[in-house]
Amino acid sequence: MSFLQILDQQGWYFLVTLLSGWPATISVAIPSFFFALIFGLVLALLRMARSRLSRGFAIAYIEFFRGTPALVQLFVIYFGLPDLGYSPSPFQAAVIGLGMNGAAYLAEIYRAGIESIHQGQKEAAFALGMTPTRAMRYIVLPQAIRVMTPALTNFAIVLLKDTSIIFAVGVVEVMALARNLVTETLQSGVVYLMAGALYLCVTIPMSHLAARLERNRRAWQ
Amino acid sequence: MEPLLKVDDLHKAYGALKILNGVSVNVKRGEKVSIIGPSGSGKTTFLRCINFLEKPTSGHIFVEGKLIGEKTVSGKFVHVSDTELAKDRQEIGFVFQRFNLFPHLSVLGNVTIAQTKVLGLSQRDAEARGRQMLEKVGLGHKVDEYPERLSGGQQQRVAIARVLAMQPKLILFDEATSALDPELIGEVLRVMRQLAEEGRTMVIVTHEIQFAAEISDRIIFMDHGAVVEEGSPAKVLKDPQHPRTREFLKRIEQR
Repeated sequence: MSFLQILDQQGWYFLVTLLSGWPATISVAIPSFFFALIFGLVLALLRMARSRLSRGFAIAYIEFFRGTPALVQLFVIYFGLPDLGYSPSPFQAAVIGLGMNGAAYLAEIYRAGIESIHQGQKEAAFALGMTPTRAMRYIVLPQAIRVMTPALTNFAIVLLKDTSIIFAVGVVEVMALARNLVTETLQSGVVYLMAGALYLCVTIPMSHLAARLERNRRAWQ
Repeated sequence: MEPLLKVDDLHKAYGALKILNGVSVNVKRGEKVSIIGPSGSGKTTFLRCINFLEKPTSGHIFVEGKLIGEKTVSGKFVHVSDTELAKDRQEIGFVFQRFNLFPHLSVLGNVTIAQTKVLGLSQRDAEARGRQMLEKVGLGHKVDEYPERLSGGQQQRVAIARVLAMQPKLILFDEATSALDPELIGEVLRVMRQLAEEGRTMVIVTHEIQFAAEISDRIIFMDHGAVVEEGSPAKVLKDPQHPRTREFLKRIEQR
């Protein structure tokens, strides 16, 4: 059977099946993103802190999570945490794994963003009587986040694609369903192509959004 | 009477590089003091040490008799916490050479943010005071603009309004007109002159000798991190006693 014939006969079935995986993909991707967004900021601040201990911790964390495969981290969390007395559900393991992994990348993005803000901004805030915490919160961070917007969107895209590994801990998302379909119909070519196309349907609008945000950012810089 | 600002034997060094070698200056309430001197003489560092943007290597700063950035613990001087330092700095306004307006905030946002987040004013009160200060510097019509849309002279006037809104006891001007195009200098100097006439206490680091002569009660000539000569504008500028002052003034005139 040719590619088109398969698509014609089974395409609809494949599509409906694959689409039914999106709620799981999204419901892992979104909390992981916010988890990474918050924890990444904490890591970045620790990374730039005066205390050597917190700097050391942040550096070790970032090196570890960037230096080991996400799949390994996911397995450690899913199969390792039960030994410590906490058994995460597949969903929880996926969010913790992708979130902790993403935080390591975001920490460096935050740091670059924060460091790109001119020293004079901090000094002006200090001179007006702001503490370092207030200067960070009201003056530096809002500007840094605007600088970071393209990198953040890019990160969101990567994170969305990375959810394709979480079938490994048993989350039934797009990729898991694709594998099921392949087992069932043996049409690996068509099924995986369709799965890829579905990811593109989300990632392309996201990168357009990123480009747009970047144009807006230039408006005040 | 106790001086409003008392700087006592200020030293600042970066490693082996000495920038300030024992500067002591008193400024009375309402007094206008201009600091002049060649580039690299330590004027800007001196000013930055007053509100601890640079930490002095030794020496002490007092505003109304209260130590800035330090406290005494059983007779010894120690640095204060970030929170206490921030509180000390509220008394001291600082106008930067490069304005340092906050680009993510509107003009009004620039003059209100510290009022609400530092002084704890309500948004309404802060805006009222902010508008009043912007009127004063002639920018009442620009409240909703963003800094990047303003000329350098306008930006610097917003920066001055931002400082005024905090009602500081003392304002430091660090070469406030040096980054401006020549045709924009006048509008900033006019505002500074107005503040001087209101009787505010000002310490001004400047290259505008003529302006300094007109508005200052006292001129300080600094070189190599020390006060070489000080006195009334007439005395220091017209009848300098020290050869280095004469040399500097001659070079300025030739420009």
